[in-house]
Amino acid sequence: MRTRRKRGLAVTELETHAAHTGLAHQFQNLDQQQDADTLGIWVFLVTEIMFFGGVFAAYAIYRGFYFAAFEGGSHILDVRLGAFNTVALLGSSLTMALSVRSAQSGNRRALVLFLILTMILGGVFLGVKAYEYDQKFVEHVVPSLDWAPEGAVLARLAPGGLEHAELYFIFYFAMTGLHALHMIIGMGLLLWLVLRSRKGSFTPSYFAPVEVVGLYWHFVDIVWIFLFPLLYLIGGRY
Amino acid sequence: MSQQIVPVKTYLFVFASLIGLTLLTTGVAFLDLGRFNTVVALLIAFCKMLLVVFFFMHLRHSSGLVKVVLLAGFFWLALLISLTTADYRTRSWTSSPNAWSTTAPPTHP
Repeated sequence: MRTRRKRGLAVTELETHAAHTGLAHQFQNLDQQQDADTLGIWVFLVTEIMFFGGVFAAYAIYRGFYFAAFEGGSHILDVRLGAFNTVALLGSSLTMALSVRSAQSGNRRALVLFLILTMILGGVFLGVKAYEYDQKFVEHVVPSLDWAPEGAVLARLAPGGLEHAELYFIFYFAMTGLHALHMIIGMGLLLWLVLRSRKGSFTPSYFAPVEVVGLYWHFVDIVWIFLFPLLYLIGGRY
Repeated sequence: MSQQIVPVKTYLFVFASLIGLTLLTTGVAFLDLGRFNTVVALLIAFCKMLLVVFFFMHLRHSSGLVKVVLLAGFFWLALLISLTTADYRTRSWTSSPNAWSTTAPPTHP
């Protein structure tokens, strides 16, 4: 009830200081603007679901065709690194949710702190990902660029057929690469939010940019929630 | 609308559940459940997604319009995956496409 009253005050206030409160002129008030912003990002996220969905569908088909090869490829990946990255990304989702909460309650210091924490955890994820990519070059399992598996790796991949194992790694790089690209874009957006919130652009009645970037960041987290079992775990480790 | 301020405790509890489910899905991968390994892994991932969507993304407090938009998105995703899979699964049931590709193209006088 208290927040509702506070919001009511903020709305009347913004009608006089529209330029400072972030209200675009096509909206009647900040509530209406926030509804439109939220709906807009959700529609965008639905297009993203379809975008990643196509890749997931292709993965499902080829995994059905060449199960042994995909299983072999999955065994080359390091489950510990994948699980660690999952935890790091889930942690960044938590700090992102807390950023939005800090913006809602008007705590600017906490907002900046949680945004920076989110960036750090995102950076940890990308760092581990970069190390994993480097390992793929060491093991010579990079499709077409450096495809010459040998030794134990070759023994692991050979039963399923080498060219089909190469297909698995094409999916691995395409899916994690698209995901990492989304993370990098998200990091840029977070940096922009940090700069804006340091200037004090966000108030409990206007924080839609934090909310919108937050929704995007959580979506990217969800994509990884599915990528982790599909790439690292499926095929069984027993 | 997500104007409602959710207690920090809720976020921490959701985060702890997500970590728990991550450990569970990693652990289950080391057990031999046959074809159910995939089913269990996807089920756990789905539960994790629901936690993130409802709590971190505030779908609990979102307008009905947002919920319908998201539901429509999942409906189209289900169409995409089910129809594509159905096509590949049933393609071998009939030999017609293969026959078409091996016979000589029809000649038109």
